Amino acid sequence: MTATAEPLFQGADWDFLTLQRIHDACEGIARSELGLDVYPNQIEVITAEQMLDAYSSVGMPLFYKHWSFGKHFAFHEASYRKGLMGLAYEIVINSSPCISYLMEENTATMQALVIAHAAFGHNHFFKNNYLFKQWTDANGILDYLEFAKTYVAQCEERQGRLAVEQTLDAAHALMSHGIDRYPGKKKLDLGAEEKRAGRRRLHEEAAFNDLWRTVPTGPAKSDAMLNVERRRKLLGLPQENLLYFLEKTAPRLQPWQRELLRIVRHIAQYFYPQSQTKVMNEGTATYVHYRIMKRLHEQGRISDGNFLEFLQSHTNVVFQPDFDDPRFSGFNPYALGFAMMQDIERIVSNPDDEDREWFPEIAGNGDVMGILRGIWANYRDESFIGQYLSPRLMRHFRMFHLHDDPEERAGVKVDAIHDERGYRRVRRELAKQYDVGFIDANIEVVDVDLAGDRRLMLRHAVVKGAQLNEADARRVLQHLADLWSYDVSLVEVDAADKVLKEYVANPRAIAAVA
Amino acid sequence: MIMHIIDRRLNPGSKSLENRQRFLRRAKALVRGAVKKSSQDRDIKDVLEGGEVSIPLDGMNEPRFRREGGTRDMVLPGNKKFVEGDILPRSGEKSGGKPRDPGEGDSEDAFRFVLSRDEFVDLFLDDLELPDLAKRKLAEAESEGVQRAGYATSGSPANISISRTASRALARRVALRRPRLAAIEKLESELAECNEARRAELIAELEALKAKARRIPYIDPIDIRYRRFETVPKPVAQAVMFCLMDVSGSMSEHMKDLAKRFYMLLYVFLKRRYRHVEIVFIRHTDRAEEVDEETFFHGPASGGTLVSSALQAMHDIVRSRFRPADWNIYAAQASDGDNSISDGEVAGRLLTDMILPVSQFFAYLEVGEAGGYTFDMPDSALWTLYERLRAGGAPLSMRKVSERSEIFPVFHDLFHRRGKQEKTAP
Repeated sequence: MTATAEPLFQGADWDFLTLQRIHDACEGIARSELGLDVYPNQIEVITAEQMLDAYSSVGMPLFYKHWSFGKHFAFHEASYRKGLMGLAYEIVINSSPCISYLMEENTATMQALVIAHAAFGHNHFFKNNYLFKQWTDANGILDYLEFAKTYVAQCEERQGRLAVEQTLDAAHALMSHGIDRYPGKKKLDLGAEEKRAGRRRLHEEAAFNDLWRTVPTGPAKSDAMLNVERRRKLLGLPQENLLYFLEKTAPRLQPWQRELLRIVRHIAQYFYPQSQTKVMNEGTATYVHYRIMKRLHEQGRISDGNFLEFLQSHTNVVFQPDFDDPRFSGFNPYALGFAMMQDIERIVSNPDDEDREWFPEIAGNGDVMGILRGIWANYRDESFIGQYLSPRLMRHFRMFHLHDDPEERAGVKVDAIHDERGYRRVRRELAKQYDVGFIDANIEVVDVDLAGDRRLMLRHAVVKGAQLNEADARRVLQHLADLWSYDVSLVEVDAADKVLKEYVANPRAIAAVA
Repeated sequence: MIMHIIDRRLNPGSKSLENRQRFLRRAKALVRGAVKKSSQDRDIKDVLEGGEVSIPLDGMNEPRFRREGGTRDMVLPGNKKFVEGDILPRSGEKSGGKPRDPGEGDSEDAFRFVLSRDEFVDLFLDDLELPDLAKRKLAEAESEGVQRAGYATSGSPANISISRTASRALARRVALRRPRLAAIEKLESELAECNEARRAELIAELEALKAKARRIPYIDPIDIRYRRFETVPKPVAQAVMFCLMDVSGSMSEHMKDLAKRFYMLLYVFLKRRYRHVEIVFIRHTDRAEEVDEETFFHGPASGGTLVSSALQAMHDIVRSRFRPADWNIYAAQASDGDNSISDGEVAGRLLTDMILPVSQFFAYLEVGEAGGYTFDMPDSALWTLYERLRAGGAPLSMRKVSERSEIFPVFHDLFHRRGKQEKTAP
């Protein structure tokens, strides 16, 4: 490619026309070369203070009022002022149009980087990844937030600030357990139901065999058993979405409290895909900005000097410190994601024997963008790493797996390293680190004592001996009991059904409960 | 595809101000404690500057179900020398340990954040109150203000409330069914192009409407309303603060420093309550003079001690410049307690007859040498004198101070919000 085009900008200064030019140039490459499919873009230029504002309300442009956001703001502000923390260059919101916030103090090069990264990389990922498609409604989210904000404000007017605050506190405490992890069964309409019944009947007729009649059934179920089963079915138990369960069945909540729980639950659900796709999302965006910026430079639309500036911040972003480095705090999702995307590009276009053995489906396929777009659409972090982390990359990062068993007095065992014997184990363990099934405690509502004191019974299935932090668990259960307004108990049981610990919480008199 | 660029920089800032206020309100007790604590080791000059405080997280935490302990597996980058099966000792430096995320759980036992100047001072003076905030003889105050007091049926033309008048007129016109101009115009235009038979009928109808419109005027004198104003006595919103200090040889730098701190606090406090605060510095040895701040605290002076000279000076200044009806008068006197015996009678009379009747508040601060315990400071000449006056019913506040750290508690004690009884404890 020869340098034919005019540079998009000179030096570090930019104005809105520059942003427009950058956006159009990026769009051309994103569409024609990378084949990205994005929501319309909306770019908003903001100040550092507004960025801090956005931080404290989880990046959302409008949010209901609550003291905890004030606390986060105060915390971020303090660390920002002390220089402990830099601010992000951008925040991008999964909505349609896709809103990207750009900091005003970015240089022109940084704005180009950020536009390529957020307005095309993240944007494409939001629009195409199956998790986002399944769980979020990009068109509706801003309206929903607006509704939530007004609703909470109205509630405060009618019910008093304190009552609303108590309910929201309780709901926030349960937020991580207010998520549906599986899409619900679709209700069939009458026509479909009839068709299915007809098909079943046909099948029964076709496969009729009188012998089945003589097969003995198990012992008849006692009335008590049937009762329990009926009750559990009625309440939809077991239920792991605690907020949903409370919203639908808590006996003494006011309608507005149920609505508040619903709002918190919906917002938690909205962020659920993001927490499962950090590596992929950042990897995609970083890969896209890298490709776009490189192409712009090749076309001569970004000068060499500006390109060097880009490379410098790009390198900072994808820097992965070693485990013994003081800067280390886990895997950098940008570094891991970007490395994996580049590795896939290499495997698809220029594989070696090892790649052919490990990735027979994609090695040497040739269609880099086709393969990548397919991966971006159909995977989340856990499955992505579990399938596409190559031995070469494990060697590159020099990954190793530690197994820390408190029973083992001698110390922490190195279970696997980046060698032939260890590749699969390392990869499996790393994938597990990104599995939401393992990240959140597995707590579910198992029963309600409907005949007795209406006690709500929860069960925490302890995995690998990791029990709940006692102080926090008591506080959360207190909130739960306040909402349920009768006693709540939680048992922690291990895989062998042995009870490890039991908590009971009694409801406090909450201002809002009539 | 269309792309929009929106400049949000000009949007009103402090979007999270409301959240911040909620947070402060919730943490009020904690923050107030932290403010008191942090103000103790600050210079009084900086007290007003706001700044960082740290509060314990307790009560402000947002609990979540968190797991801990158990068997942990982790994959880390950067292996240098480990091979499979190695056992790494756990003690001391956790070579493989994953550092905790900042801000996670209880690892953070204190929470630091920055308060703005106003927030800081508000909390700092939160539970303090000025005694006799309103002027005692308010009736004598000549300053009066006007305020809106509804509407009246009479008044000067300049005060006609047009909107009120118009709306009343409209209501009357609607109630009496005054024909509308549009209706008359419609009839007229119809009249212009109609046949003879209809014409007479139309003319009669038109005449009737016009007559009715004349009978029911557009605006009637009974519609007219005037804005009404009332005069109200305006509370005196200015204060003068007299700083009296003994600068004779017996006052050490330390003592002056104590006095200065007390004056500063009083100034900050008055400043919050009054729109306008003046300060008058009077220093005295055996004679008194009004000086500027610099000279007051640092200017050298020596001589004997006559408290009455300062009181006399204050009285003269009040008479010439600060009419008690217009000004709230506060006075704080700092001294080491020395006074010549013969002066006691004069000072006492000046105080009870001239000064206390016009003052809102008179505080006497007896400063002692560093390291001296306040409770065994012997009662000085001045202290004995004032004690006697107080026993006789004079509204005086007096405290003894010898350490810097005692200044705020003493100040707090003097102005602490308490029901009706005040100035009773020594």
